[in-house]
Amino acid sequence: MALFEPNDENAVAEVIRTAQAEARPLAIRGGGTRVVGGEGDGDVLTTRNLTGITLYEPGALTIVARAGTPLDEIRSTLAAEGQHLAFEPMDARGLTGRDGTPTVGGMVAANVSGPRRLQAGACRDCMIGVRFVDGTGRVIRNGGRVMKNVTGLDLVRMMAGSHGTLGVITEVGFKVLPEPAATATVQLTGLDVTTAVAAMTAAMGTPFDVTGAAHQPRGATMLRLEGFEGSVAYRAGALAKALKKFGQAEIIDGPEAWTDIRDVTAFAGKDGAVWRISVKPTDGPRVVEALGGADCLLDWSGGLVWALTDPEFDLRAALTGIPGHATLMRVPVDAAPKWPVFHPEPAPVAALSRGLKAKFDPQGILNPGQMDRPVPEPA
Amino acid sequence: MRMPEPDAAIIARKDQIVARLSAVLPDEAVIFDETELRAYECDALTAYRCPPLCAVLPASTEEVVEILKICHSEGVPVVPRGSGTSLAGGALPTADCVILGVARMNQVLETDYDNRVIRVQTGRTNLSVTGEVEGDGFFYAPDPSSQLACAIAGNIAMNSGGAHCLKYGVTTNNLLGVKMVLMDGTVVELGGAHLDAPGYDLLGLVCGSEGQLGVVTEATLRILKKPEGARPVLIGYDSNEVAGACVSDIIRAGVLPVAIEFMDRPCIRACESFAKAGYPDVEALLIVEVEGSEAEIQEQLEKIVGIAQRHNPVELRESSSEMESALIWKGRKAAFGAMGQIADYICLDGTIPVNELPHVLKRITELTNSYGLRVANVFHAGDGNMHPLILYNANDPGELEKAEALGADILRLCVEVGGCLTGEHGVGVEKRDLMPDQYGPNDLEAQIDVKDVFDPSWLLNPAKVFPLNVSENRRVA
Repeated sequence: MALFEPNDENAVAEVIRTAQAEARPLAIRGGGTRVVGGEGDGDVLTTRNLTGITLYEPGALTIVARAGTPLDEIRSTLAAEGQHLAFEPMDARGLTGRDGTPTVGGMVAANVSGPRRLQAGACRDCMIGVRFVDGTGRVIRNGGRVMKNVTGLDLVRMMAGSHGTLGVITEVGFKVLPEPAATATVQLTGLDVTTAVAAMTAAMGTPFDVTGAAHQPRGATMLRLEGFEGSVAYRAGALAKALKKFGQAEIIDGPEAWTDIRDVTAFAGKDGAVWRISVKPTDGPRVVEALGGADCLLDWSGGLVWALTDPEFDLRAALTGIPGHATLMRVPVDAAPKWPVFHPEPAPVAALSRGLKAKFDPQGILNPGQMDRPVPEPA
Repeated sequence: MRMPEPDAAIIARKDQIVARLSAVLPDEAVIFDETELRAYECDALTAYRCPPLCAVLPASTEEVVEILKICHSEGVPVVPRGSGTSLAGGALPTADCVILGVARMNQVLETDYDNRVIRVQTGRTNLSVTGEVEGDGFFYAPDPSSQLACAIAGNIAMNSGGAHCLKYGVTTNNLLGVKMVLMDGTVVELGGAHLDAPGYDLLGLVCGSEGQLGVVTEATLRILKKPEGARPVLIGYDSNEVAGACVSDIIRAGVLPVAIEFMDRPCIRACESFAKAGYPDVEALLIVEVEGSEAEIQEQLEKIVGIAQRHNPVELRESSSEMESALIWKGRKAAFGAMGQIADYICLDGTIPVNELPHVLKRITELTNSYGLRVANVFHAGDGNMHPLILYNANDPGELEKAEALGADILRLCVEVGGCLTGEHGVGVEKRDLMPDQYGPNDLEAQIDVKDVFDPSWLLNPAKVFPLNVSENRRVA
């Protein structure tokens, strides 16, 4: 097994062209902090040497960086100007038990978005441009460095969440936002899941611009407010008042508690399979109920459920009838996933996905099986 | 503007095609009379017209399926149409096409405040989506200028924006799901009331695809609770450079206004004489609006005014009442009407990096003078989306062509400084032939690959988006 560590986009294209000519599969790696879909077969192509921020215009709220640039570098560069990536990407290392350095390319390939997704959009919403090399070695550019761009078809979003199966991302542009000056959490305790989701959806229906709504496993219900100090103080008070019927809320200053929500710290180091379930918020309690006794962390006002289950448990079967999808994010060390990692798609959608794969990776050499592993028929 | 030769064999089969469509649709939903078809010969890019073979107005997804199956089997091109407000010719017919208008599909299917979504048929107008929920304090954020008339179908096709994108994003950021019919009649559902896609982001591909991939019949849209209040401040400067620097400083200070609008002197003067909004006669005018509770508005305006003062404004007017706020917006909102009174105009839509603003405005003036034309600039400065209005006289032979040539030069300038051809109007036919200025052969080929997957027979919305020579071998295959 060879390891390719190209230093620039042309070298990436060269590696792919050679692999294509020889029909050899390539396992595409960013920082290797999450291994959804397993390690992958074949030679490893890592983007870790494609580094550097190529453009940063704080006054235009835009940053462009090469795929292997560590997220920490992005964070610190933006922080120096009081800005940040608003979609709050998680650091998966605690949950997956892996080391490695989270990178821009890996984050984009997995469309990683944290608690603020429900207010500021996902990673895919904040992407404004992309460069990638597809499975035929074509270097392709889409979008650019401006935040409003409808010129031609939107391949920027196509690449978000494509897990290295349509092309190797080499550079990405993002819209960034001002980092909030102040943060407060309005916290309710003692709520069951149904009541917690009712409180969270009620909060999202206020004009107070809630930027996080989460419910800890059998724990607190948390609502985040961000912005200038005076504004945050006013809204925290107003929100607590609006949620009076759910109990006496405590107001906690500072952003710290949200790192644990973002990184799903509650399940770090615990045995079992971890699933990420996406449903409409009011279906959150139905999911929790259908999973019986499993520990569940609810984010996105109830629309994102992280569940810790027995690895043998057929979660998708248990959730039949609830619209949405589930992704298997972690299996126990040294165990092969018993279930397909990605949710099976309805036939017409799967046909379109296969069509895209056939266009951008006709030989099927990029992360083969990553998103299209054969799916057993549901029992 | 070159369009492909219409297929004479299809035109010869008009009666047969109309008969097949009439068999699956009510009488009033099939339009084939030549006089009545005039209503569909163009969209808001009125310089180009061509009556279609016929037009159909389905009332349901099922009817759209039947129509597309017939057209697919007959090999007839289909041009989907929302309300026909495209400024880029996105709904321009060909003589051998069927216009598929979604105007009769305007029902609200579901309103769900707990999950903050509304599900509508896509013929519903943008403003009437907000109209459906505003009684309960909610709104749908994307607000293109044409929002009174434009349909959600067209908003999705063009990934429409509006004045408030800086805070709320464009259509793709507010669209959660679609029901769509492919050219062969297959119904596909993408997304829903949940927040992310399980596999490839096909929803992201469909949004902004200009009717190239399928006909979207239903949409699940994000609705938001209205802020408690909003207030604008009007700031006038004696140079575009200073106004541009002020915009950049506001953004860098961590304030995120809901809108930053920029008007230059020709635009200010036209608006003032039209709307009598009390605008000062200055080189550059900014309207900056913030939202929130009274306390929040105060807090943000204080910062903005502080920054504006440091740049020595000629005029700075804070609104202190609803009436004053309305007056500040009155001139801006009248901009397009005001221009229409003065002359015919072409409205461009290029986007540039915000920091290039002064340079680009200067270059636009130079280009305009070299053509002997006039341009007024009004645009969303916060996100760099420019709307230069090129004024011309349609009755003067050759002047439209001159205005189009200037427009192309201005758009090339936008690309040259790192921007793009279109920020929110779409490519359509208008900017189709400029695509190679922004994208290389591989970049275009990759987009065409996606079209191949969704519409392998290349029957949907022909001769748009992709330069004709690039798409030729697909279209005639």
